[in-house]
Amino acid sequence: MASVDQEGGDAAGGGSSSNNSSSGARAAADGNRAGIGGMIHPGKYGIERVAYWLMRLTGLGLLAYFIGHIYETSSILQGKMGWDDFLAITQTTEGHILLAIVIGMCVFHTVNGIRVMLGHGGVGVGRAARPDYPYVPASQNYRHKIGIYTAIVLAAIAMMYGLAVMFGV
Amino acid sequence: MALQAAGSASSQPSAQRPGTQRTITLRIARSNPAHDSTTVGFDDFDVPYEKWTTVLDAILEVKKMFDHSVGVRYSCRQATCGSCGMMINGRPRLACFTKIDELNSSVVTVEPLQNFPVIRDLAVGFDSLFENHREVRPYLDRDDTELDNTPDGELKEYAQSPEELEQYIQFANCIKCGLCNAACPTMATDSSFLGPQALAQAYRYVGDSRDRGKDSRLKMIDDSHGIWRCHFAGSCSQVCPKGVDPAMGIQMLRGYMLGFGGGNQKK
Amino acid sequence: MASAILRESTIMKIHYGTALAAVALVAVHVLMRLTSGGFAASLEYETVLANYRFLPYALMLEIILVLLSIHGFNGLRVILLELRQGPRYEKAVSYGCVAAMFALIAYGSRTIIMTNMGMV
Repeated sequence: MASVDQEGGDAAGGGSSSNNSSSGARAAADGNRAGIGGMIHPGKYGIERVAYWLMRLTGLGLLAYFIGHIYETSSILQGKMGWDDFLAITQTTEGHILLAIVIGMCVFHTVNGIRVMLGHGGVGVGRAARPDYPYVPASQNYRHKIGIYTAIVLAAIAMMYGLAVMFGV
Repeated sequence: MALQAAGSASSQPSAQRPGTQRTITLRIARSNPAHDSTTVGFDDFDVPYEKWTTVLDAILEVKKMFDHSVGVRYSCRQATCGSCGMMINGRPRLACFTKIDELNSSVVTVEPLQNFPVIRDLAVGFDSLFENHREVRPYLDRDDTELDNTPDGELKEYAQSPEELEQYIQFANCIKCGLCNAACPTMATDSSFLGPQALAQAYRYVGDSRDRGKDSRLKMIDDSHGIWRCHFAGSCSQVCPKGVDPAMGIQMLRGYMLGFGGGNQKK
Repeated sequence: MASAILRESTIMKIHYGTALAAVALVAVHVLMRLTSGGFAASLEYETVLANYRFLPYALMLEIILVLLSIHGFNGLRVILLELRQGPRYEKAVSYGCVAAMFALIAYGSRTIIMTNMGMV
């Protein structure tokens, strides 16, 4: 029969359990939902899941920038002094790097958004057909993967171009 | 707690041949929300396995040899009933359809399916899954029936070409195992979302040439927690053990709503 | 609120439409920064003032403001609706996002209109 190892415990009764606080919250009666951590989950579901949360993050980042940009440009109402003062805050190395990140977010959100929009219309998601083992899902095809990688690469190129323009390289 | 079988003086045949068998540590999540709503622990068991041993086999070995109190639901053991879905090394899988050998890990952690309420240990409640499935009216919606007599007294049947069958048969393979809902990032936080299982089944009937309920079904899923909360992350399709590809069905369904005619559909 | 007045499919069609329109107009807006004698020069007070006072450009800025406000705050509404549920919360999110959208449009429009009309 099975033996109990050096840590001891009772085989029949389940014995002592190592409690895990992070899992503890998950097991609460709210339905064992994975929560925001489960929503992100970059390692388990491939590049499509990375694109999913990048889309969200860039969307939120762009909205924050947009609000800031509206506030920033309103300084023109204070005349040349007000405009130049505000411009001096943004025309710094940190400001340029921030703007380069915004450019990257904008390009990724745009290109990936077009991919997602096409997918939402049923474009490029494959054709329904009797599946054969090992059941490779047609919707997770190379076209969409290429679209995601294209969005990431174009965002990186745009960021570099933006930095070159802003730093006058 | 770690319990070992290999090397023991067991009289059970499954724990024999220590020289030829490899061993993994099976970490089983233990909880009993009805008794204690917050505590989840893990019990470790050293279980021998062969090339063909499935995770369900290993769990049943634990139940037989070490701890009969492990809560697990299973039935067919051949990926047909959809009962034994669980998180295996952090990913939703059917325990009966996952060989330990293919996991390439010395520790196999099994937890209850995410996004479903835990009944006990590895068993989760599927009430919401079945409720959402019912909500999309998973049956042919039309006024007449196959049993209606035609004027000449013959029984009629709904004619359907093989091509029309191909349009939805993939989605009819769903075994309601809930893996897609466990993988879905929207379901991770949205308790009101219909979920990929129900939405794919909505498409299964919308795409069926015999069905006449397309408009009412599309209206039903056009809700703030309906089809528009899918963002095409595709995780549902990646974990589906039957090749249903719910993400494809959902996008085709949305294609109807956006006026694209559902991608490759003729209807 | 928004979803009570409009069907979700209508809201999402607006979401997609505003995105596509904004992509085209923002591209023009960004190109203006690169073609007006260089990036730094395009941000000088006189250049920006001239941009605002050129009516077609001011109109384009106003359209971009409206398009991105609708798209951005609807996106925020979607994310917030998926994070938590409940009738009161969802109502608050929908009303809050619509209110914030109007507030931002009003604030941005004030800048565009006042500058365009020479009130600076």
